[in-house]
Amino acid sequence: MSSLADHGGPIGAVSDGAATIEELGGSRRATPLDRVQRSLHAHPALGPFLVLACSSLIFYALNGRFLASENVSLMLQQVAVIAALGVGQTLIILTAGIDLSIGAAMILAQLFMAQLAANDHWAALPALLLGCVVGIGTGALNGTLVTRFRVPPFIATLGTLSILTSSGLLYSQGQTTQASQMPGLLNWTGNLVKIGPFNLINGVLVVFVLYLAVNYLLTQTRWGRHVYAVGDDLEAARLAGIRTRLVLFSVYAFAGLIVGIAAWVSIGYTGAASPNNAVDANLQSITAVVIGGTSLFGGRGGVFGTLFGALIVVVFTSGLTLANVNDLYQPIAEGVLVIAAVGVDQWIRRVKA
Amino acid sequence: MSTSVSSGGEPLAAPTAPAPASLDAAGGAAAAGPPPVPVLEARGLVKTFGHVIGLRGVDLTLNRGEVLGIIGDNGAGKSTLIKCLTGALQPDRGEILLEGRQVSFRSPLDSRQHGIETVYQTLAVSPALDIAANMFLGRERVSKGPLGLLFRKLDKRGMRAEARQQMARLGITTLQDMSQRVETLSGGQRQAVAVARAAAFGSKLIVLDEPTAALGVRESEQVLELIRELRRQQLPVILISHNMPHVFSVCDRVHIQRLGACAGVVSPATTSAEEAVAIMTGAKQLVAQ
Repeated sequence: MSSLADHGGPIGAVSDGAATIEELGGSRRATPLDRVQRSLHAHPALGPFLVLACSSLIFYALNGRFLASENVSLMLQQVAVIAALGVGQTLIILTAGIDLSIGAAMILAQLFMAQLAANDHWAALPALLLGCVVGIGTGALNGTLVTRFRVPPFIATLGTLSILTSSGLLYSQGQTTQASQMPGLLNWTGNLVKIGPFNLINGVLVVFVLYLAVNYLLTQTRWGRHVYAVGDDLEAARLAGIRTRLVLFSVYAFAGLIVGIAAWVSIGYTGAASPNNAVDANLQSITAVVIGGTSLFGGRGGVFGTLFGALIVVVFTSGLTLANVNDLYQPIAEGVLVIAAVGVDQWIRRVKA
Repeated sequence: MSTSVSSGGEPLAAPTAPAPASLDAAGGAAAAGPPPVPVLEARGLVKTFGHVIGLRGVDLTLNRGEVLGIIGDNGAGKSTLIKCLTGALQPDRGEILLEGRQVSFRSPLDSRQHGIETVYQTLAVSPALDIAANMFLGRERVSKGPLGLLFRKLDKRGMRAEARQQMARLGITTLQDMSQRVETLSGGQRQAVAVARAAAFGSKLIVLDEPTAALGVRESEQVLELIRELRRQQLPVILISHNMPHVFSVCDRVHIQRLGACAGVVSPATTSAEEAVAIMTGAKQLVAQ
């Protein structure tokens, strides 16, 4: 780490002799654990990746079928919807917010897509776009509550969770629409596609492109940098001339668009649009983000960590099943992972200069 | 804000107190060389908060290439004065001239666009971002190539190079790696980043609000040296500080605030810190010459 090299210099040294000696001594005697802490601090996606790699190897050792192409294909299909929602959730958590309503918003968006196309005989593209608009609308609603009415994100989205869930049930009258009743474009995400040895669905590819695009936005554009700055230190961002409320609002609205894309993927994956689909998606998306190393305190993390986080959950579910472990242990494993991830995050954040 | 509120025992009755005893107690002595060119002038600034008076008609002059200190007890109106000069507050009365032209700033952003940079007491740096990102925070450059045009790609390499040049220009040698995160820096290094950013973009003047308050002795000395470097480069600086030795070691003139008004402007060459403190607390008054 570069911080090691800086200590001799005048500005680098701390105020008085005692502290300087202590600090110099401290950096020279950096234990291996310190180095691990610093590496994880500098690369938030590294930890989740290592957990994913190690757990995959362990499950492979327990049952060779775990890494067979059929099982990997299945896991990639299973992860698609949560991974897509996780992108939106990551953006929001990077701003030190949280979205409890993201799954309910996705269900509402997919019900609009499905019913407009199947019952109201809209063409596929307008139905798809209107579903995305519904998603953006839910995000804009959350964003307005958070930025204009200063409602804490947890409370704002707790409220919209109830509102959106009921709206979905009311709009659909509790009915499920089968994908076979919908035009081809809406099902397209469920069509099989063979890539190498893997049998995937188009939705997996959509999600993969989504990750690349959002990762580019976060790491290579002004907007992405402002998202990090706003989540890291709101006051510093404001004083640096960033229009923080606009950035926050745009994050929620953009997460809404991602909700629309996730709804499309979900229709393809489940083959239906039902108000009872994916009721756990809210919390699962948060789980993926947290396990993926994005800090709940904002400003630290990224989307690829979330991809690893979502994969870790699926890998544990599938791996424990193949290892003939009682199904009831899977949620326990998930719970331990979440708590461990946050504990590790707290430890990483205490990294010394 | 809170300091100015606590200042107010005085009723609203007399918002226009008489002008400070002697604005030029030091001005005359210092003007041995060429006549000073004012960069920023404030005339008769009044600011009230309800029935609390923050400023009761304050004049201030900052000349080209000088470091002007502003001292005063808590509640004397230092912060209010600085906030009025940088657009964080709008004065009720009075005028501000920047290079002779009247200006009125509606926000801190507004004053920034006019070339006034402020380094806030609460270090406006983002800990998780690196040095270069902090230097250009809110003013990021987009790369010139097709990726910049089409996809708004940031010119990270260009910004890093420019940040490094700026550090070198200011003689900050301890910061070499511009991709180092600010949270891994010491307090003095962070302050150096904030000052370097202000100097890079402050074309007219920069305002430093208590830059050494959180720093130790050696780190403070580095920041003071940085201020001297800014003066050598003819960039005017307003320094607000509680620390008399710091003020008297770098400032050309010192503006003393007392009870919402300017109690005088002194020169460290002719006035000692003890005398300045006496004026600041009202134990001694400057007499008009």
